[in-house]
Amino acid sequence: MSTVATGRHPSPAYAGTGRLIRLALRRDRVQIPVWLVAFAVVYAISVVSLKDLYPTANDLHLIAVSSAVSPVVLATNGLVSGDSLGAVVAAQTLLFLALAAGLMNSMMVVRHTRQNEETGRAELVGAAVVGRRAMLTAALLVALATDVVLTVLLTVVSVAFGLPVGGSLALGAATGATGLAFAGIAAVTAQVAEGSRAANGLAGAALGLSFLLRAVGDTTGSVDESGIRVTSAWPSWLSPIGWAQQVRPFDADKWWVFAIFALFVVATVWLAYALTGRRDHGAGLVQPRPGPARAAPRLPTALGFAWRMQRTTLLWWALGIAVLAVTYGSIADEMDNFLDEGGAVADMMTQLGGGAEALTDAYFAVTFLMMSFFTAAYAVQAVLRMHGEESSGRVEPLLSTALGRAPWMLSHVVVVVVGIVVLHVILGVAVAVPYGIAIGDVGGPLGELMPAALAFVPAVLLVAATAVLCVGAFPGRAASIAWGLFVVWVLIGQIGPLLNLPQWVMDLSPFVHVPALPAAELRALPLVVLTVLAVLLAAAGVAALRRRDIAVQ
Amino acid sequence: MTKALSVVQLVKTFGSTRALDGLDLEVRVGEVHGFLGPNGAGKSTTIRILLGLLRADSGRAELLGGDPWSNSVDLHRRLAYVPGDVNLWPNLTGGEAIDLLAGLRGGIDERRRADLLDRFELDPTKKARTYSKGNRQKVAIVAALASDVELFLFDEPTSGLDPLKDEVFRDCVREAVADGRSVLLSSHTLSEVEALCDRVTIIRQGRTVESGSLSELRHLTRTSIRAETARPAVGFGDHPGVHDLEIEGLRVQCEVDTAQLDEVLRRLLDFELTSLTCTPPTLEELFLRHYGDEVPGGSGL
Repeated sequence: MSTVATGRHPSPAYAGTGRLIRLALRRDRVQIPVWLVAFAVVYAISVVSLKDLYPTANDLHLIAVSSAVSPVVLATNGLVSGDSLGAVVAAQTLLFLALAAGLMNSMMVVRHTRQNEETGRAELVGAAVVGRRAMLTAALLVALATDVVLTVLLTVVSVAFGLPVGGSLALGAATGATGLAFAGIAAVTAQVAEGSRAANGLAGAALGLSFLLRAVGDTTGSVDESGIRVTSAWPSWLSPIGWAQQVRPFDADKWWVFAIFALFVVATVWLAYALTGRRDHGAGLVQPRPGPARAAPRLPTALGFAWRMQRTTLLWWALGIAVLAVTYGSIADEMDNFLDEGGAVADMMTQLGGGAEALTDAYFAVTFLMMSFFTAAYAVQAVLRMHGEESSGRVEPLLSTALGRAPWMLSHVVVVVVGIVVLHVILGVAVAVPYGIAIGDVGGPLGELMPAALAFVPAVLLVAATAVLCVGAFPGRAASIAWGLFVVWVLIGQIGPLLNLPQWVMDLSPFVHVPALPAAELRALPLVVLTVLAVLLAAAGVAALRRRDIAVQ
Repeated sequence: MTKALSVVQLVKTFGSTRALDGLDLEVRVGEVHGFLGPNGAGKSTTIRILLGLLRADSGRAELLGGDPWSNSVDLHRRLAYVPGDVNLWPNLTGGEAIDLLAGLRGGIDERRRADLLDRFELDPTKKARTYSKGNRQKVAIVAALASDVELFLFDEPTSGLDPLKDEVFRDCVREAVADGRSVLLSSHTLSEVEALCDRVTIIRQGRTVESGSLSELRHLTRTSIRAETARPAVGFGDHPGVHDLEIEGLRVQCEVDTAQLDEVLRRLLDFELTSLTCTPPTLEELFLRHYGDEVPGGSGL
């Protein structure tokens, strides 16, 4: 009898896992379904539009051939492998699916581990009958279940569009497995970091790094004799996102790649468990060191304090933007070389694009558009810092001093505006200089590309200003509205043309109005309008904040 | 100016909840005013309206001669606030947070800062994320008391402090009042209020139910009396000021309205007292009378 009893009661370290899972599912009852539906809808839309765009086998073959030799496409869209409809779908969507799955999983795991500890919820639960490992186990199991559902969902969507079942499952599972790999990474960063923000930051850095590693590996790989298959160089094999692509759904369906995923997940989870046993509740593995006993003279000022709150975020974004921009700047030269080499494809693309220079210019325009999505994400995150300060109750002691509401908000806005401009200057320099060095003329590209990078500043300011309005006017749901608008605007820019959206819908996105320098002419009017709108929205946000109650706990 | 702050018929609703329902409160210059009420009575809401963080729906609030909503920034230079639940910035040290809060208020008294850190035994070099609730409270208390202000608003400031630091806090408040400063102290620790406060306002469900000096309020309570008499106290219970009377032979036990104490004791003398024990009313009894099951919703005023 006693053996039966021990079989039923697992190690006390895991006690309470079931209850924690129910708690996590209840907290995420909106979030997880929204993520999953968004995955399915965006993926379905992409399949439909690709079917439309390349209706014949010849079209599919052409796009595969031209993508395989284009470093730009390889870097930004994904690995090319095969010329069936499914293979083209995989080449165009898998990279983003894997990226989004990684983001979803790492945020989920941090939310149900470190964030719980910080808010004191974990203590409340931990005091009940809950084992040491229960919280991490519950978070990982919720992530696993979500990834399984995601895999099934994507497989069903693919099959529904008539794609082969094997490849459909391979694509779905590659996405789910990447998600799980980042759940494992986040499980480790949640143990190592000092707090949930740092844990999310570290996991985000890992995501960015694996995106970059595979970009380097794929662009420096080689095209095989069929012309439609790229063999990646070794850096791609260091990245979970790279592994997802190496599954090569609808072309090779290499199931053995999932063994790498399995090993990686087991290793990270094992490491995370080992680390849980070695740290105290609420503390990271890195013990916080004592800091200064006195504040710097400028800290007790509105601007000084806003800078202190914002500087770490800006620093990390600056670093990330710089690395990405240098990568894209360095690849630009490959583009020139590839066109110089000639050949049938080069001829075709030159005809389409109207010359090598125009094509390079178009490449830079697209690069700056994509990078401005990142700087806009910085802007939203940085503005929402105010929302975080308010909802955590930290703004209450602050606004009980002689610091007024408007100065408090405006000083954050000033820091964010300066941050946006700085990021775009970094962007311009980091794209132009490596390209300039490669072509042996730094001054020329710098003079041409810096305005192109800065042209996006007004659009990003408008995104930031809407976030300011959200913080001022909708204290309850500032974060969801601001991020929701951001996602809609990015999607309009990305898939709007594929969907043939009416122009007035496209016009709703601030990014659409930015002249695509250096490919297009500079027009000042849209930039002025965007800036004026941004100022008005931000002013409305400040006015709304001054009129309402401060959120109290 | 004799009033540090006054609140008249204050109303504040959150959706369908009526947090304040015609609340009155007055703090005189130079006094420690106790602000008592059970959880959810509206103490913090009142203080947040006085700080201009929330806007009242109706009623009048005046703070240091100004309007707390429209003059908040100027008024905040002259007051300091310690919340009950202190949320600090996890990556700032305690010392930085003290300098930040006091500095934004308009300056810090360096000697007092050092003295207070010493008395509260607070290590200013630790990051706030490593502080316990009590230590976070100490940060806010030190930042408040090291500021040169006329009025202190304390919202259950000692709920996380140990008894020794509690005593240090009381000393500090006494020193502040001796300097002519005014204090509003919200609390549900009755011993703290009895030890510190000159006058008290008791609220319940967003309304003021009692207000006055401690001795005035004691007057509204009952003193318990145990006595032994030489003759049986026949007819003693007829007096309206006598409650819960129990007579056992020559032993008498009862509760007496403190306001009628003199008259009742005179009557007891008629039966020739041989022993007498009087237990003075505590604030706790007063509190229980208002919030306990005994006198639901009853008001002595």
